[in-house]
Amino acid sequence: MSTSQVVVDEHAHENPALLHHFATAGQQKNAAGLGMWLFLAQEVMFFGGLFCAYLVYRYKYFADFGSASQQLDIRLGTTNTVVLICSSLTVVLAIRAVQLGKRMALVFWLVATILLGLAFLGIKADEYAEKFEKHHVPGASFSYHELLPGQEKLPAAERQYANPHHAEMFFSLYFAMTGMHALHMVIGVGLFGFLAYKGWRGKYTPDYYTPIENAGLYWHFVDIVWIYLFGLLYLIDRHR
Amino acid sequence: MATIDGPDFGERENYLNAGHGLKSWLLTVDHKRIALLYLISITFFFFIGGFFALLIRLELLTPAGELVQSDTYNKLFTMHGQVMVFFFLIPAVPAVLGNFLIPLMIGAKDLAFPRINLLSWYLYIIGGTLMVYTILNGGVDTGWTFYTPLSTEFVNTNVISAIIGIFFAGFSSILTGLNFIVTTHRMRAPGMTWSRLPLFVWAHYATSIIQVLGTPVVAITLVLVALERLFHLGVFNPALGGDPLLFQHLFWFYSHPAVYIMILPGMGIVSEIVCCFSRKRIFGYKAMTLAVVGIAVIGFLVWAHHMFVAGISVYAALIFSLLSYFVAVPSAIKVFNWTATMYKGSITYQTPMLYAFGFVGLFTIGGLTGLFLACLGVDVHVHDTYFIIAHFHYIMVGGMVMAYLGGMHFWWPKISGRMYPEGWGKLAALIVFVGFNLTFFPQFILGYMGMPRRYHSYPPEFQILNVLSTAGATILAVGYLLPMVYFVWSMRYGKPAPANPWNAAGLEWQTPSPPPTFNFDEEPVVTWEAYNYDEIGEIPEKEKEEVPVVH
Amino acid sequence: MSDHNSSSEPISEHISSLGSCLAIWLALLAGTTLTVAAAFIDLGPFNTIVALSIATIKATLVVLFYMHVKYTHEKLTGLVIVSAIFFLFILLALSMADYTTRLWR
Repeated sequence: MSTSQVVVDEHAHENPALLHHFATAGQQKNAAGLGMWLFLAQEVMFFGGLFCAYLVYRYKYFADFGSASQQLDIRLGTTNTVVLICSSLTVVLAIRAVQLGKRMALVFWLVATILLGLAFLGIKADEYAEKFEKHHVPGASFSYHELLPGQEKLPAAERQYANPHHAEMFFSLYFAMTGMHALHMVIGVGLFGFLAYKGWRGKYTPDYYTPIENAGLYWHFVDIVWIYLFGLLYLIDRHR
Repeated sequence: MATIDGPDFGERENYLNAGHGLKSWLLTVDHKRIALLYLISITFFFFIGGFFALLIRLELLTPAGELVQSDTYNKLFTMHGQVMVFFFLIPAVPAVLGNFLIPLMIGAKDLAFPRINLLSWYLYIIGGTLMVYTILNGGVDTGWTFYTPLSTEFVNTNVISAIIGIFFAGFSSILTGLNFIVTTHRMRAPGMTWSRLPLFVWAHYATSIIQVLGTPVVAITLVLVALERLFHLGVFNPALGGDPLLFQHLFWFYSHPAVYIMILPGMGIVSEIVCCFSRKRIFGYKAMTLAVVGIAVIGFLVWAHHMFVAGISVYAALIFSLLSYFVAVPSAIKVFNWTATMYKGSITYQTPMLYAFGFVGLFTIGGLTGLFLACLGVDVHVHDTYFIIAHFHYIMVGGMVMAYLGGMHFWWPKISGRMYPEGWGKLAALIVFVGFNLTFFPQFILGYMGMPRRYHSYPPEFQILNVLSTAGATILAVGYLLPMVYFVWSMRYGKPAPANPWNAAGLEWQTPSPPPTFNFDEEPVVTWEAYNYDEIGEIPEKEKEEVPVVH
Repeated sequence: MSDHNSSSEPISEHISSLGSCLAIWLALLAGTTLTVAAAFIDLGPFNTIVALSIATIKATLVVLFYMHVKYTHEKLTGLVIVSAIFFLFILLALSMADYTTRLWR
């Protein structure tokens, strides 16, 4: 039968980051980590709804989706994928830095992450602008007159064109999915900006760097979403 | 050692008198104060939703539909549904009773994330404000289900503001669920193992899983509806290659589990009340915990039973029909176990127990009629009729609202430090029970006879049943108003409550009524099993105010 | 049992080595190259499967190593991840059960 009682404020003077309702810093960190993972779980379901819509219409209109996918610039998409992968590396290096107590290295890697994130957003903006020029933005000004994949090999009279409504569906989902992803990136960049400032002020130490760790989890999640978006949106039927 | 309080409890520091002024309430991180903030807000929305219900029932007194026009009637039932579902039923028990009790029940000082708890309330308030704006700006008339392409292409009402309001309420719900899950995992006092947790906590844990995993899907779906309205995307528009059924799949993927968000906390309440007023340990504790988790999981597998006549494939309908039969099993197990708990128990009939009895009976009827609906042949006949309306109101109102009222009465002494007047409590419970059945039983018959839902005019032969239903609604309204009046009355004139007026098991009763801000003077160490009524004994006589603290 | 049901060590006291960080980074870049190259080869219906498989491997590497799931003693983290994936799978699978069988006689 346990008779030990935990005196709650025992460690408070040791660790100013310890909140009053937690008994130990370890408990607080575990709670924060679990909370972050649950938040990511709900983010999976949030994006999941969009993936479901995409799956349904790709199944229904595969050929038209293939045609529309070829309108995306695969070089820019690949570049963005590489940019995000590098930004995940910089996040991991930032966490390593704070675990090793290196304040300026932490700030350096956080700023690097921010710059890579901004680069991603800049490239995305460029892609969106190009889509706007080609009238591939869904809505009143949408117009699409492209061949289905592989049709160029046929004689001109027999070539089939993609159904513009179905192509518009692809672009609706493209903008919804990449737009939602970009919104999450903007939030992430802002978050890292705040953390970089706090980190520069010396708030994070090897004993307390939970916000950096949790922001890192968020950022890696956003990277994973892009890994799937890239594969699903840019790489359909490229071989034709 | 918790202090025993007497009539002068007001001088002892507790969460109600610790800090005065609006700022101490609006910027509080105390889960108990946040629970009261929620109590006021959800009661406000209950009134609004109830007001729409009253208008609906008034309109349905006559077959020809003369009180309001069709367009207005569409708005009435839409906003009744949206307000009741998103701003009352989903938050009520978790955000009020769950928030207040879970830290107390597990022996913690607060939830894991008190500031996120406050944020949840503010998100709810923002959502609620947008809902009020929607109502005042002319309402929305798509049905609470927002079916496309009606909601995306064909109505000119305030769909987007309603959507944003619901989005905020949903986000509030996600954060509450996240908070409860982390709290249950990380904040339990020493000795409070999972197998000693009150079933109330287990029920909220299962509810929280649904809130965290289900709500985001409806959130993104409503975002798509808003985008479609704004930019004419065509994701759900058949004219542009979209499929309206995709909206329904995504909507019901959340909205079916949502009904389990509404009922599971009520089941948790009933377990606490039944044990206390039968003076018995729950029958089959482990089965009850598996049942709530089972309901949460299986509840995610059945959503398309709302779409049997919408145009899904027959093969998909067969799969969902079969899965829908399965989801009834854990619910039935719970009903059997409550009954077995009462059997040979030492039963007394205080107000909370009356509501618990009401719950068990009415939830059973509602649940059984759900089995009728899982059968494809029957559903084809009664879908979109008043049979469906009666079915879900038996569960939501006969079940969940009665459980909520039972819980409010059971824990009112703990929350307010006062006893409510028991005579009035019993009277109100009886009025609610009579009013409820008179309102909704005729609707089963109406639906079976073919009266469609969402219509404000109907064939004259249906009038007598509609009149009975409206009469019942009026009685029900009286039954709901009474507790509001005597709870407020009791805050000034009610008998001061001891720490444990019901001599109930559970850590929340081991601290004074009302509790101090940090819940326990010393952190409890749990060495006993849940529902140890064999050790505790009988409910004390009314004169006795002091009860032994069980260690 | 331990107080407050928390492990006595924090979630990731493990400090990744510089080598492992870079190794995973290179693996992710290699995966990207592979998936883009594979997209230009006609594999019939397997194009989609290959693309999704490579994406899943990359995601798994990020989750296990960059998000420290491999180094945590918390089984609960894994349960949360698996639950999210499971319910997403339910959404996709049962919705597709409708769409793929709509035109069956």
